[in-house]
Amino acid sequence: MTVEAQTLTPEAIPAPKKSPTAAALTRMLRFTGMRLITLLFTVVTSIYLTILIANMGGYVDNIRRGDIREAMSIRIMADPVLRALPPDVRAARLEELIRLEEERLGLNQPFMVRSFRYLANALTLNLGRSQNMTSDSGSRQVRLIILERLPATLMLFGLANIFLFFASLFLGLFLSRRYGSFLDKVIIALSPTSSAPGWFYGIFLIVIFAAGFRILPFGGMVGTPVPETTVAYILSLLQHMVLPVAAILVSTIFLTAYNWRTFFLIYSSEDYVEMAKAKGLRSRDVERRYVLRPTLPTIITTFTLLLIGLWTGAPIFETVFNWPGLGQTIFRAVGLYDTPVIVGSTVIFAYLLAVSVFLLDFVYALVDPRVKVGGS
Amino acid sequence: MKSLQRSFKELLRYPSGVASLAIILALLIVSAYTLIAIPYGDAIVLWRGGENIWYQSPKNAPPAWTNFFTSKKLVETMIFNTDDEDINKTYEVSEAGNQTVTFEFPIDYQFDTFPQELTLFTKGTFVEKAPFISIVLVTPDGREIRITDFAVQKTGTYRFSQDDRLARRVGSQFPHEAIFAQPGSDPLVPLKGEYVMKLSLVTFEADSDVDAELVVYGQVYGIAGTDHLRRDLKVALLWGIPVALAFGLLAALGTTITTMSISAIGTWYGGWVGELIQHITQINLVLPLLPILIMVGTFYDRSIWTILGVTILFSIFGGGILTYRAVFMQVKESPYIEAARAYGAGSGRIIFQYLVPRIIPMLIPQLVTLIPTFVFLEASLAVLGLGDPVLPTWGKVIQDAQSNGALYQGLYYWVLEPAVLLMLTGLAFAMLGFSLDRVFNPRLRGI
Repeated sequence: MTVEAQTLTPEAIPAPKKSPTAAALTRMLRFTGMRLITLLFTVVTSIYLTILIANMGGYVDNIRRGDIREAMSIRIMADPVLRALPPDVRAARLEELIRLEEERLGLNQPFMVRSFRYLANALTLNLGRSQNMTSDSGSRQVRLIILERLPATLMLFGLANIFLFFASLFLGLFLSRRYGSFLDKVIIALSPTSSAPGWFYGIFLIVIFAAGFRILPFGGMVGTPVPETTVAYILSLLQHMVLPVAAILVSTIFLTAYNWRTFFLIYSSEDYVEMAKAKGLRSRDVERRYVLRPTLPTIITTFTLLLIGLWTGAPIFETVFNWPGLGQTIFRAVGLYDTPVIVGSTVIFAYLLAVSVFLLDFVYALVDPRVKVGGS
Repeated sequence: MKSLQRSFKELLRYPSGVASLAIILALLIVSAYTLIAIPYGDAIVLWRGGENIWYQSPKNAPPAWTNFFTSKKLVETMIFNTDDEDINKTYEVSEAGNQTVTFEFPIDYQFDTFPQELTLFTKGTFVEKAPFISIVLVTPDGREIRITDFAVQKTGTYRFSQDDRLARRVGSQFPHEAIFAQPGSDPLVPLKGEYVMKLSLVTFEADSDVDAELVVYGQVYGIAGTDHLRRDLKVALLWGIPVALAFGLLAALGTTITTMSISAIGTWYGGWVGELIQHITQINLVLPLLPILIMVGTFYDRSIWTILGVTILFSIFGGGILTYRAVFMQVKESPYIEAARAYGAGSGRIIFQYLVPRIIPMLIPQLVTLIPTFVFLEASLAVLGLGDPVLPTWGKVIQDAQSNGALYQGLYYWVLEPAVLLMLTGLAFAMLGFSLDRVFNPRLRGI
């Protein structure tokens, strides 16, 4: 279950005795540094794999060659001087043009060489030019198309994830306190509903609240016409975010709260918790210091896995809610068969996953006493 | 075998276990029926067929049972054909040597709304001179409305709503509605009762005849309704069951077995093998599965088997490896493994005969809980437009509905029917997995 727990031990080497805070800081830095290096390696490999899959069997190259041939033929046909040439000269000229263009785009090199150049390009976010899609500012740069969409995705999923984390945490703690109560049983009974993904509940929520009661919008990010004042804009944005955030919550909160409640219950039966209770500490303090502290690393690890699942589902989730983010860009790119945009978006998704994992690792380092204090 | 029986009995003690087993059993029975009633080839032909297969059904019609819940009875689809046994043609030979053929279509009209459309399909048999048909509708209050008359060609289609002369005669833009309306009502109010459509034709040759089919397109259709291409959603909803079950089961089975084997091997050998497997798992964790599946679907092949293979391939090194590893680590240290090693058992024997069986109780609930994930994954891809190109599935129905704005138009049944079926399937397996978890891992039962 715990990805980090296992990789943790070798990194957490006891540092020489300095002042305790400095030692803790070094250890944390070393831990995050090690994780950063591992993750960097992971990201490079996963992006390289993405490129390999995208170009397996040279399909993408063939598409590009076809495009080049067509473009060059059109160019020759459009040029009155070239059109006037005899057919065999013209054909030779066409082949020459195609060869030059392929050379310019690097298609004449063997795939292994090209794949590493693609990798370097992808790592530096040099994602090439799209075939059909343009950014809102009219650019064909895949990087611009994606960067334009990224804030919308980050905002929606960031907000939903923060909501989800704290809501599940409080619900889990509450349930562990009222273990066996009616609400506890209801949540346990509802936990299988988390087998359906967010977009699925999204459809139901849209049917009920947008189509049925007509109190919330069907989708999109802001109302039309776009509100002019900032306050009205934010209000409209929030209104449009209610259903997507609710869909993510409904699809995950029951199972997460149930799992976390179980963790809390396991740790609540530890002797030191009994001891703290016997000492007469307030239950809130017991919960915070003796139950939450040891469970937080595990909870953050499960949350990392949950987050990865949510990120990966973004293409369909955003399509259902017509949310103009990265996921919808992938969906539109599929419709338009825009190879560079599909590959570029996938690369960005790999980055997003890695960054999420890294951020949560950092939080993990903050809360896990083993990292701070050292020892195994 | 005994223990299996005991586990099963214990499973039946959980209400959610019984409910989920009942749902799964029902799904299995219906999918068996589907595979027999609509074989693979037929299903594909039906689902890809256009107007020539589905000309008899209305467009975007909700299922007929919606009538039970509304006070306003919507028109159901009615089809009258001269081939039907209760429709009799009477033949009369006139003095001039021509033949007059008459027949009637009795329309029992007990609805509160009007049909979507009325169409008469005709097929004439003649050599040179086409027979001539005249159509009259007798209303329940005894009025006779002249509909039209025309020469019947080899094949012909007469649409009531597009006949301008009829529209002028009945004084309404919508002649197919006005003929069923109370005279003088505005807005039009339907007149309930027995209508009779009288068709009479004159033939000019000895063997000349006409076959006619009248379709009253209703506003509701069948048990599942229809989509924008007049297709009966029943086909896709039924076929969605075996597809979803097969995809979910195969993917879950393939993933769990490979994941577990790799985890067992990694734990047993440890060292660099274990390290390598851990690293691959970490890399795999950061690979965005859905975008990669989208890429595969777009660039290579979107057949359900390719997608299934790729899904399993990318799920092999999933999070499960780490869960199993924790268990294998404990089992590895057990005395009986040491005993096996002492008498000289090989690694392969220890892994597959001693390690793997120990994890089966944990594996079965995991496997069942995984099924819905894959069922929904297949639906997700179909909703994104990357479903199997030929097979009708639930996800494809949702995608059709979404791309035709079903929710904006109020055609909720179109989205809700496949969604409810998906939900039912997903919930059944998830609930079964939860119950199994409690049966096989009694440790959890306390909490």
